[in-house]
Amino acid sequence: MEVLRITTSGSVDDGKSTLIGRLLYDTHSIPQDKMEALHAASKRKGLDFTDLSLLTDGLVAEREQGITIDVAHIYFSTPSRKYIIADTPGHIEYTRNMVTGASNAQVSLILIDARKGIVEQTYRHFFIAGLLRIPYLVVCVNKMDLVEYSEARFNQIVEDFQQMIASATFKAPSIKFIPISSLYGENVAARSEKINWYSGDSLLEYLEQITFDHADNSHPARFKVQSVIRPKTEAYHDFRGFAGKVVSGHFNVGDEIISLPSQQKSKIKTIEQFETQLTTAEARQSVVITLEDEIDTSRGSMLSKPENAPSLLKEISAQVCWMDQQKLVPGKAYLLQHGINRVKAKVQLIEHVIDVTSNKILEDKKELGLNDIGKITLKTAHPIFADSYDVNPANGAFILIDEFSNSTVAVGFVA
Amino acid sequence: MTNKIQWEFPQALEDEAIYILRETAAQFERPAILFSGGKDSITIVRLAQKAFYPGKVPFPLLHIDTGHNFPETIQFRDWLVESLGLDLIVRNVQDSIDQGKVQEETGKYASRNALQTVTLLDAIEELKFDACIGGARRDEEKARAKERIFSVRDEFGQWNAKMQRPELFDMLNGKIHLGENVRVFPISNWTELDVWNYIRRENLQIPSIYFSHEREIIERDGMYWPYSPFLNTTEEETPFRQKVRFRTVGDMTCTAAVISEADKLEDIISEILEAKISERGARIDDKRSEAAMEKRKQAGYF
Repeated sequence: MEVLRITTSGSVDDGKSTLIGRLLYDTHSIPQDKMEALHAASKRKGLDFTDLSLLTDGLVAEREQGITIDVAHIYFSTPSRKYIIADTPGHIEYTRNMVTGASNAQVSLILIDARKGIVEQTYRHFFIAGLLRIPYLVVCVNKMDLVEYSEARFNQIVEDFQQMIASATFKAPSIKFIPISSLYGENVAARSEKINWYSGDSLLEYLEQITFDHADNSHPARFKVQSVIRPKTEAYHDFRGFAGKVVSGHFNVGDEIISLPSQQKSKIKTIEQFETQLTTAEARQSVVITLEDEIDTSRGSMLSKPENAPSLLKEISAQVCWMDQQKLVPGKAYLLQHGINRVKAKVQLIEHVIDVTSNKILEDKKELGLNDIGKITLKTAHPIFADSYDVNPANGAFILIDEFSNSTVAVGFVA
Repeated sequence: MTNKIQWEFPQALEDEAIYILRETAAQFERPAILFSGGKDSITIVRLAQKAFYPGKVPFPLLHIDTGHNFPETIQFRDWLVESLGLDLIVRNVQDSIDQGKVQEETGKYASRNALQTVTLLDAIEELKFDACIGGARRDEEKARAKERIFSVRDEFGQWNAKMQRPELFDMLNGKIHLGENVRVFPISNWTELDVWNYIRRENLQIPSIYFSHEREIIERDGMYWPYSPFLNTTEEETPFRQKVRFRTVGDMTCTAAVISEADKLEDIISEILEAKISERGARIDDKRSEAAMEKRKQAGYF
């Protein structure tokens, strides 16, 4: 069974939480006691309907203010797949949460209030989906009930959105537009009868059909070594296995590999998953690999294939999203974590900052603060084995850690 | 669309959990598994076994014993530890009571559930654990939905929801200051059903109280409470025998039973698929207020 990961973000009132609540409700994912708690909570707030949005806002501060502050994870299943929704706030001051929620998503769900059309936040959401190269974008034009289910209004919004895409500086993903009313469940799970001029899929129908591009399998083979397993027991006296995760691509038993940074070569002897012997390991699998020869490989090493090994980078140009209250300090040493590897790094230059709303480069702005996105160059103490995020996203991102606070202060995408 | 059968376990969840456990072993000096004897911590033990095979599980199990456990759970715990050759460390809430660090609750809702936080924090300090692996899942409860996979706790074991580190892609930042520790949640993205499907796929043993059995119970507030010497009952509450099972395994004073005939895993899974009451709905400790879990988490609860 496949897992489909979705990220949503929205404004305070565009009905995002209601939409998620509706998806859960329509897939029978809300148990009776939670439903009863919802009825009671809605009543306490003086509402005359059951407010499904109350289902997702988890923290006390969020319930008080009626907004989403952090990333919440929500789960539901259909008979064919499991869905994970990372629900994030849409405000500019929560850009970092949006980026966080989007980092593992295959689908970005953007909500537009049919009355308001494209607003500032829409640009931002679109920009972040583009920055992270999320392959699927679903634009839900919500609150159609409040514009009398007008086809003309929907078409206008689609047209405006297309214009925004045309002006984008990045390759646009596959986009689907759906007119919905999350409050009344129109086109959420079931197709709407009220929106009879729209003959396409409902939101859930569309999500069910998204095919997984196992693009990672066509990407270059990368395996990050997390630890070396050496049981030293009698039964496994000479066993030396490399436990880790296939980052991208795939490996077969018998493949010739090169280990970085040692640059030594060997062949794959076995691929193991607990007591099972595999012939192939694919992207995202956690396995143990043993090699024919004893070569210099340990935690932090990367196995790849000699014909397309990653380059060893010490000077890195990258887009970053800054996530900390304290601004980026050029020249200060940060820890750069790429995959599981940490190296010291210094920011040499802030090339520019991008206004995520207008998608314009701010040439004059030379500092990166909380929620800013910009382009920088870094120098690392040791090389990292990264690919360009554009070419191989799974091996192209890193985080920066402040050595004093230990906080994760930025995420970067290798240019 | 009906809530039709989801029998298949999503393999991606196991791969993710194993990756997290391997990171935990590598990034920390002294990690431990918080073991309750419930199905979630049994799942964690299985994942740890698979993550380091053919090597040993590199974590001891830490059990905070309230003294109010189901005897079946303790029996199971000892069997599991013995059969897998694991290290078990037990710390007792009774000791915290005797030391005057906590006070036994009184009244008919008295439970040691809240007290165990103190025993846990003391154990973490005493044993110098810098990472504690737990079986909490985000689908269990609203506050848990916001929890990170590596969740940093301060010196007092407290969770600060507003100061959480962003977690991007699969990159886990376990760097902490001396005195801080991290709670690790490898099965964050699993649902109750995923756990059951995994137990079925892996053919795992679980404590017998998960299956239908006859036991003495009382009815209180529309729930069925297991009758035990630890439960303070009123005169009107008379125990009676009934076929029940438990959906979660907590203390005998804070875990309600459900009436059930399900005595096989298949039946349990079917029952969950049709269930009208969510899993934590049978946890009396969550009923105290809408923010009950968030408050306990801030204080350092599991």
